Amino acid sequence: MSAPVLIGYFDNETQVLDATRAVREAGFTLHDVYTPYAVHGMDDAMGLKPSRLTWVCFGAGLLGCTLAMSLQLYTSVVSWPLNVGGKPFNSFPAFIPVSFELTVLFAALTTVAAFLVRARLFPGSRRPALPRVTDDRFAIAVAPREDPSELNAAEDLMRSHGAVATALLEVAS
Amino acid sequence: MSNQHLSPLREPLVTEPRSLGQLTEEICAPMERPPTWKWWVAFGIAVSVLGTGAGIVGYQVATGIGVWGLNKTIGWAFDITNFVFWVGIGHAGTLISAILFLFRQKWRTSINRAAEAMTLFAVMCAALFPLIHMGRPWLAFWVMPYPNSRGSLWVNFRSPLLWDVFAISTYFTVSAVFWYVGLIPDLATVRDRAKAGIRKAVFKVMSLGWTGSNRTWSRYETVYLLLAGLATPLVLSVHTIVSMDFATSVIPGWHTTIFPPYFVAGAVFSGFAMVLTLMIITRVVLGYEHLITLRHLENMTKIIIVTGGLVSLAYATEFFIAWYSGNPYERFAFMNRAFGPYAWAYWIMVTCNVVSPHLFWFKKIRTSPAAIFVLSLVINVGMWFERFVIIVTSLHRDFLPSSWAMYTPTMVEVGTFIGTFGLFFTLFLLFVRVLPIISIGEVKSVLGFARDGHEAQPQTPATPAAEEPHPAAHRPVAAVPLAIATRKDVPV
Repeated sequence: MSAPVLIGYFDNETQVLDATRAVREAGFTLHDVYTPYAVHGMDDAMGLKPSRLTWVCFGAGLLGCTLAMSLQLYTSVVSWPLNVGGKPFNSFPAFIPVSFELTVLFAALTTVAAFLVRARLFPGSRRPALPRVTDDRFAIAVAPREDPSELNAAEDLMRSHGAVATALLEVAS
Repeated sequence: MSNQHLSPLREPLVTEPRSLGQLTEEICAPMERPPTWKWWVAFGIAVSVLGTGAGIVGYQVATGIGVWGLNKTIGWAFDITNFVFWVGIGHAGTLISAILFLFRQKWRTSINRAAEAMTLFAVMCAALFPLIHMGRPWLAFWVMPYPNSRGSLWVNFRSPLLWDVFAISTYFTVSAVFWYVGLIPDLATVRDRAKAGIRKAVFKVMSLGWTGSNRTWSRYETVYLLLAGLATPLVLSVHTIVSMDFATSVIPGWHTTIFPPYFVAGAVFSGFAMVLTLMIITRVVLGYEHLITLRHLENMTKIIIVTGGLVSLAYATEFFIAWYSGNPYERFAFMNRAFGPYAWAYWIMVTCNVVSPHLFWFKKIRTSPAAIFVLSLVINVGMWFERFVIIVTSLHRDFLPSSWAMYTPTMVEVGTFIGTFGLFFTLFLLFVRVLPIISIGEVKSVLGFARDGHEAQPQTPATPAAEEPHPAAHRPVAAVPLAIATRKDVPV
C-alpha cells in the first residue's frame, strides 16, 4: 500500500524537535523524521520505544560463549585429550580467553546483522532519500489518519513551527 | 533536550562558526577534488616502500626464515617486536572510538574515524608478522580449530599463542564492523552529493539505502553504544592476551603478573603517539585546524602523560619486584637489561618513554603542533624499543651461560619492518582520498556544542556576530567567572 505523506522541511534542530512534538501531540501519525545526524531528544519527541536490539546482543553473546566453551571442552576433553605438561584435560581457566573473544565476536556481528535487517539496510537498496536530509535539512513526514484533507491542518502546524518548505509525497509504507 | 550544551564553561568543539552545509562541503572536499602533487609524491614513496617490503617478504618465504638473525638462544626478536608494536598502535583507535564514547567525551568526534582507520591498518601490519613467521603462510589456516584428516588433531586451547589468534582476528573483525557502521550515514551523505557516475553507484551500494530516518538513527545509536560497550573490554583483552604470550612462560623478565596492565597502558601510550603523528599532518594538509583543534591535540597529550606515567610505574615496579622477589635469575635479568650489552636499548626506552612525556606538562609544548609532532615520533621510537628490550634482553642471557648469545637483525628483517610502514601509509593515504576522514554526522551533532543555536546557523537572520568566533573559544580560564557574570546571551 502506498499513501501520500506530507513532508515538512526544517533548517535546524530546535525547530524540528518542537514541530515533531507538536505534530504528535496534535494527534497526527508520524510516518518518520529525517535528520542529517542523530538528534538527541528526537526519540522522545517521536515517542519511540527503546530498541530491543540490546536483547539480541545479550542473547548472541551468551550463544557465542556457550559455543566457544563447548568447542573447547569437546576438542580438549572428549575428542582428543592431550596431556600438556600434566595439566587437567578440562583446564577451565585456560578456556576463558577464547570464550571471551567469541562472546564479543558473536554479540557484535549478530547485533549489527539484526540492526541491518530490522532497519532494512542492504546493498542495492533503492530507497530514495529526501533532498538534502543527509546534508543540512531536517524533514518530518506526517501520514494522514483517514481523511487526506487533515494534512492541511498538519501543514499549517508545521509552518507555524518554522517549516521552510512542505511537499506531498507518495511513499511505500 | 538537544545537543546544545549552553554554559560559558564549555568551549565550542568546532572553533569557527560553520553551518551544517558548510561542514559537509569541507569534509567531503578532499575526496571530490583531484589529488595534489604532494599526495602523489607521498603515495609514490609509500607504494615503493611497500613494494620493496613485499619483495623482501617474497624472498624470505621462498628461502625460509633462516634468513633472519635469530639463533638457538634468541628464538623471538624483531618479528615479535614488530607484531607487538603494531598491535599496540591500533589500541588508541579503539580507545578513542569506544572508551571515549562511553565516557561521553564529545571531542572524540572529529578524530575517531581516522583513528579507527589507523587501528585497522595497524592490525593488518601486525598480523603479517606471525603469518610470515609461520614460514609457510599458506598453511595459516591450521591455527583454526576445524575437523581435519589428521585425527582430528585439534589446536591447543591452553596456549596463549592460540588465544592470540582469536583475540587478533576478533579485534580486527569487530573494529572493521564498528568502523563501517559508523561510516554508513556519511556514505549516504557522499552518495547524495555525488552526481551520476561510478562514485554515485559505489556509494549507493555501500550506504545500504540509508535515508536518515530517525527510526533508523534510534536503532543505530543503540547499536553504536552496544558496539562501544563490546569493543571496550575487547581492546583491553587483546593486549592482555598479547602480554600473556610472554607472561605465561617461565623466562625471567617475562614471567610477571604485571604484564597485562603494563602492556595495555603501553599500547594506548604508543597508539596516541601515532594518532598525533598522523593527525598533525592531516589537519594541516587538509585545512582541518578548526575541526581537529589544538584542544584535541592537547587532550591527547594529556592522555599520553597519564599512560606514560603508568608505563613508567610499570618499569619501576618490575625492577622493584625483581629485587624484592629474591629470585637471583629475575634480579640478573633486570640488572642485565639496564647495564648489560643491550643497555643502550634500555636507556633509549627510558629516555623516550619515561622522560620525554613529561615535557607535555608545559602548556607551551602541549599547544605547539610542531613540538607535539616531534615528541610523538620520539614516543613511537621509545615504545618500539620497549618491546625490543623485553623480548631480546630476556632471551639473550639464557639459564646456561654456554648458550648466551647476541642478536643483530638482518637486512631482511629490517626491510620487512620498513615494508609494513609502506603498507600502513599506502592504506592511510588511500583512505584520506576515498572516504570522509572525519565523521560528518557526529561533528554535525556537536556543532551546537557550547554555541547559541542562532550562532551555529549563519543562514538564519544573519547578525554580524554570527561570523565572529565564539568568545569562549579563546578565553583564559581565569576570565570564566567574569564571563558568567557579564554574558547575557548564554543561558547558564
